[in-house]
Amino acid sequence: MDNYLSIFTEYDIPGALWVNIQLTFFAAIGALILGTILAMMRISPVASFAAIGTSYVNIIRNTPLTIIILFGVLALNGQLGLNLGGGFQENFFRLAIMGLAIYHAAFVCEAIRSGVNTVPLGQAEAARAIGLAFMPAARMIILPQAFRGAIVPLGNVLIALIKNSTVAAVGSVSIEASSVMKDMLDVRADIVIPIFLTFAAGFVIIVIPVGLLTTWLSKKLAVSR
Amino acid sequence: MSSSVLFDTPGPRARRNVLIINVIGALVIVGLLWWIIAGLAAKGQMEASQWDDFIQADTWTDYLLPGLANTLKAAALAIVGSIVFGLIFGIGRLSTNPLINVVCSVVVEFFRAVPVLLMIVFFNIFIARTLEVSSNSAMWAVVAALVFYNGSVVAELIRSGVHNLPKGQREAGIAIGLTRGQSLRLVEIPQALVAMLPALIGQFVVILKDSALGYIISFNELLFYGRTYSSPNGNVLQALIVVAAVFIIINFTLSKLATVVSRRLSSRGVGKTREGAAAVVGGPAGLEAVEPGGTAQPDKDE
Repeated sequence: MDNYLSIFTEYDIPGALWVNIQLTFFAAIGALILGTILAMMRISPVASFAAIGTSYVNIIRNTPLTIIILFGVLALNGQLGLNLGGGFQENFFRLAIMGLAIYHAAFVCEAIRSGVNTVPLGQAEAARAIGLAFMPAARMIILPQAFRGAIVPLGNVLIALIKNSTVAAVGSVSIEASSVMKDMLDVRADIVIPIFLTFAAGFVIIVIPVGLLTTWLSKKLAVSR
Repeated sequence: MSSSVLFDTPGPRARRNVLIINVIGALVIVGLLWWIIAGLAAKGQMEASQWDDFIQADTWTDYLLPGLANTLKAAALAIVGSIVFGLIFGIGRLSTNPLINVVCSVVVEFFRAVPVLLMIVFFNIFIARTLEVSSNSAMWAVVAALVFYNGSVVAELIRSGVHNLPKGQREAGIAIGLTRGQSLRLVEIPQALVAMLPALIGQFVVILKDSALGYIISFNELLFYGRTYSSPNGNVLQALIVVAAVFIIINFTLSKLATVVSRRLSSRGVGKTREGAAAVVGGPAGLEAVEPGGTAQPDKDE
């Protein structure tokens, strides 16, 4: 038991998980902004905008995240010399956030779009029938309902993002959970399973409240139809 | 557009405005593409010497195709494994025996919450060192991790598929004298599987994408070969684009297949689940929303 407990003093496990939370936080903001713009483009009546949105989603969604993050480090940084500032580690950290945001924006876009799709056509027709113009109808009738419909899929994207933040290991972010776990497993081959379970438990503890929160929110804010 | 909830059928003035914005939008795209290509060209990345490796036959026969074969092999094993895992644990979660039910629920929820990469890194060392498997241990690590994660997602798909069947199906099964288990096996699961087929195919895309994570533990799959081949030649950027294109083509085909299957299913009456379920996981709308890493939580959307 002491043998096992020593890993907590030798390694900073909460610190490693904290790096993943930071990656998730910044990437989530980026993905939300980019994804919302993409969703607006996809649902707009302008064909060329819709085409950009659709191509982005189809290309990014079908590309492995590993390639996207690797592209940031090896191609953009290594081959083209793109530097996002900060120190050596900080640069890789920012590149990983960029990759995560680009990847998950495609899923945010689809989540928002599916939220808009939950609004029945009759709502828009009723809004027009009582004389609301486009902007008031969108602001007061359609978007509030669409937002509520998007909570569950957005929550799922956030959970996926938390888990996928470990892929930053590909992008040379060596202080996040999966890299730290790999170092520990290499050294402590005697307690491989306890180490894995410790990290796994860390993610379970982070992920489950998010899941419960989105379920609670979506129930609380559900539009009764 | 006419069926869009946000926009009315446009009149002549709106059509003119849309046309103007459309042209501006198209110009912006062309400008953006031009900017990217010109930028790459300025750095010497568009020169033929950077790309012609990928039109030579031996690049493909010696590196990329063997890599693709390994990727597909791992994905195929993982698909079969996760369907078996999903069936066992999906049925386990539907069991009326509280012990089996709780054990299966804990297993499924646990593996759905743990990052796949964490499992890959763990299994890589566990299989090679603890189990002392020496041949292909990296591939088995990838397959094992993918089976545990995606199997849990498939278990959830099966469970929600059965839950969303009309209640009459089970009642009819019991009325003709089947036991609860027989009705599950003979009546409900087959229908749930058919209804969940599009979501299942969507999960195959996730498996194929996640197999590229094997790169980290030096599993010699497509991405790994692409990287090792191009590193000495200084065209990693080009290699990554080519490898990504291969993945996109395969995954896009699978996604399209899923859409076709779901359209087929909705036009034939059998195996249809309640309308709400189709919108969440089974139907094209739900399929579009299959999350990265597939954290589908279909049952929570009721």
